[in-house]
Amino acid sequence: MELLSIQQIEKYYGSKSSLTKAIDDISFGVSQGEFVAIMGASGSGKTTLLNCISTIDRVTAGHIYLENADITALKGKELNRFRREKLGFIFQDFNLLDTLTAYENISLALSIQKRSAKEIDAAVKTVAQQLSITEVLGKYPYQMSGGQKQRVASARAIVTNPKLVLADEPTGALDSKAAKMLLERFNYLNSEHNATIMMVTHDSFTASYARRVIFIKDGKIFNEIIRGSDSRKQFFDKIINVVTLLGGDVSDAL
Amino acid sequence: MLFKLSLSNIRRSLRDYAIYFFTLIIGVSVFYVFNAIGGQAAMLKLDGDTRAIVQVLKTLISGVSVFVAGVLGLLIVYASRFLMKRRNREFAIYLMLGMGKGRISAILFAETMLIGLGSLIIGLLLGIGLSQIMSALVINLFQADMTDYQFSVSGEAVIKTILYFAVIYIVVMLFNSVVVTKLKLIDLMQSGKKSEQIRLKNPALCIVIFIISAAALAYAYYQVGWKYSELDQQKMAAYIAVGCVTTFFIFWSVSGMLLRVIMSMKNAYFRGLNTFTFRQISSKINTMVFSMTVICLMLFVTICTLSGGFSIRNSMNANLKEYCPADMGISAYVDEPAEELSITEICEDNGFDVMSYLSDSVHFHTYTDENFTWGSFFGEELIEHFPYVDFSAGEEIVALSDYNAVMRLYGREELSLSEDEFILICNYKQMKELRNEVLAKNPEITISGRKLLSKYGVCTDGFIRLSSQPIQMGAFIVSDSVVKELGYSSDNLIGNYKAQTRAEKAETEEIIKNECDKSFRNMPLVKELGGTLSFDTRIEIANAAVGLGAIATFLALYIGLVFLIACGALLALKELSESVDSIERYEMLRKIGAEESDISKSLFRQTGLFFLLPLLLAAVHSVFGMKFAAYVLEMFGTENMWESICATSVIILLIYGGYFLITYYCGKGIIKDKR
Repeated sequence: MELLSIQQIEKYYGSKSSLTKAIDDISFGVSQGEFVAIMGASGSGKTTLLNCISTIDRVTAGHIYLENADITALKGKELNRFRREKLGFIFQDFNLLDTLTAYENISLALSIQKRSAKEIDAAVKTVAQQLSITEVLGKYPYQMSGGQKQRVASARAIVTNPKLVLADEPTGALDSKAAKMLLERFNYLNSEHNATIMMVTHDSFTASYARRVIFIKDGKIFNEIIRGSDSRKQFFDKIINVVTLLGGDVSDAL
Repeated sequence: MLFKLSLSNIRRSLRDYAIYFFTLIIGVSVFYVFNAIGGQAAMLKLDGDTRAIVQVLKTLISGVSVFVAGVLGLLIVYASRFLMKRRNREFAIYLMLGMGKGRISAILFAETMLIGLGSLIIGLLLGIGLSQIMSALVINLFQADMTDYQFSVSGEAVIKTILYFAVIYIVVMLFNSVVVTKLKLIDLMQSGKKSEQIRLKNPALCIVIFIISAAALAYAYYQVGWKYSELDQQKMAAYIAVGCVTTFFIFWSVSGMLLRVIMSMKNAYFRGLNTFTFRQISSKINTMVFSMTVICLMLFVTICTLSGGFSIRNSMNANLKEYCPADMGISAYVDEPAEELSITEICEDNGFDVMSYLSDSVHFHTYTDENFTWGSFFGEELIEHFPYVDFSAGEEIVALSDYNAVMRLYGREELSLSEDEFILICNYKQMKELRNEVLAKNPEITISGRKLLSKYGVCTDGFIRLSSQPIQMGAFIVSDSVVKELGYSSDNLIGNYKAQTRAEKAETEEIIKNECDKSFRNMPLVKELGGTLSFDTRIEIANAAVGLGAIATFLALYIGLVFLIACGALLALKELSESVDSIERYEMLRKIGAEESDISKSLFRQTGLFFLLPLLLAAVHSVFGMKFAAYVLEMFGTENMWESICATSVIILLIYGGYFLITYYCGKGIIKDKR
């Protein structure tokens, strides 16, 4: 079943005289329970695409449907409700509130949905176990390592059981060990808990954890590869091949 | 180039500077308005006594202005230093680009100049406008004629304002330069990058400190509010110090406990944005316990000065009607009881017929018995308590018929008495309490060999001579037969003038005063024994009352307004800079889907609690402070205390509340969605 359907979206920046097409007619779909990575060089439009899907930014033309509802038509309060109930966000720089403990950061996503304290407690503890962060729940962001912070941020994103988890360069600020651990958690969430994850990255290693990789260049879809029955290693090599095809742009970013 | 940079800097950081600029303008205009009062009153038609009072007021305001300038100066230095801290990044860039510290100083110098000039000009214009409204108050307070009013600008006040603020701005400039020369590039680069450390205070320690502070405060309250008669200056200072220190520790411990308490209420804590809201509040209070203390104490002083000042004025006017029911009263005393003391006769001997000026009058004597003194009334025990009082002085005794005649003149209730009774008249509250204690034992007193008992067992409210306040210390009313053998302690003439208009009355008064004084001095008895002639008139008492009331009102308003502005500005600056620091946090809340209305509510609660906490503690302080003030102001009468408290509340609500609203809306603008 198709969860997310993107139809011919375009996003322009600037004025008539100097027009930048950040997204130039992109269409694709994401099924329920998929783990998709979007790859591209800096400036290819991948973050803009994610921002449009997450309703942080508005498309210039085209439509985005989530469960057959057109999210480009949402306004004001509906937007907030949509973000709160259907989406989970993971950012490169974690975006945790520095004044709150890990537990409180995760609970915030639930408390703004007006859930009861009891429900919140149970949900936070479950998700903490899934992401192995139970022991840092009482700590503040400044007391945690980057990997722990990102896992707390991930816990906050998935604790509400969102339809779609959006991750913007989730491993960008992590060292390779922490990145690996985080991605394994993503895989676990995807395979065991059937979470739909869409991740933007320029890192081939990170992308190789996904089941499908979409390559974007100059605002257009350049290529798309599916992991199928390949091992992660084989899939990684395939990605590297496409990256080489893409030219220097991506390898610059590697 | 530098000038352009400064100008654009100010324009860019207008958001940060808005409250600063606003506060400067208000400061300048308040300073002008009060210093212009003297000039304005000078333009009104006032009689001599009032003119003298205006002069006193002017001197007092000049004196207070120095203090006010000090407060404003501290506020401005603090605020400018605070704003400078926010620009560390900018300075870092200048320094990295190779700009010298001298030039950074020059930029800051130019900025202060621009802001100073701008605020002076706008503040003075605003002040000149506001002072016209103030004129109405001046006219009302001095009870002058409204038709005299005209638009006025006080050159003296303008020059004074410019001078004082120029000095303040120069101090700010010097201060800034010193700070700039101490800047280190490495610190500037790292500022803002340091992650906030959250340390929860030990809750047990917080509770212990809170309990100790609350107990100490309660003790100080009790001493000041109930045991006031035992206070001396040293003790008072000690209790004020206790109040200041405990205020600090209460904020310190509350900031630690507040969060714990709310965290333990899981259902409330994990509802909506409460987690975020309370964390924000607690970190704010945590970082500014000291500022909160200063603000709380300033609010406390404001509340007390304002309500104290207003109640002095209110009761002055009410007292006048009550305690000054005749045009004039003359009392002559000689230092020993004498038979031949009579004002009318003295005057007649000198060829002055005082009675011809009076439409109705009462002429009577009061008596003393050298064996019936304060000491013999109060007894040994009390004498030890009041080492400063002269207990050997004879109590004042008045014959019933004389007293009733005076009461008829005043239009007050007359008394009746049997031969072996006395009535004690007293209306000075503390004295009344003491005397009632004695009367409660139903003592037998001896006057002129006659044994008398109290008719009522308590003091009767009343007075004999004209006054502006209830200051009758005690007079024994006895039946006429008792006083026959006694010597005169004073001779009194109380009456109303024949003259009708105010001007004629003033003229009559002048004549009587001069003639009586001359006659009294020429009297052989006075020359021999020495004596005093006291002259109380309605016009004089009224002028003094009006003047005292006006002085109290103006000074209270002046100090109160400046303190309120300072408190509001400090809180607003802190809160707004917090908002700027928290922009990213609010962005994140939006990203995870928090409602805009919830975010606004959270900001409202943060700002509200931030403003409310110091006010709350200040209000509690004030309840007990006012209890003490009521005792001090007893002789002015405190029946109108509620009225003054209401007026005070309105002023605080307007200015403090105004700062709160401005802060809230500015804060809302700062954290607004940028898209």
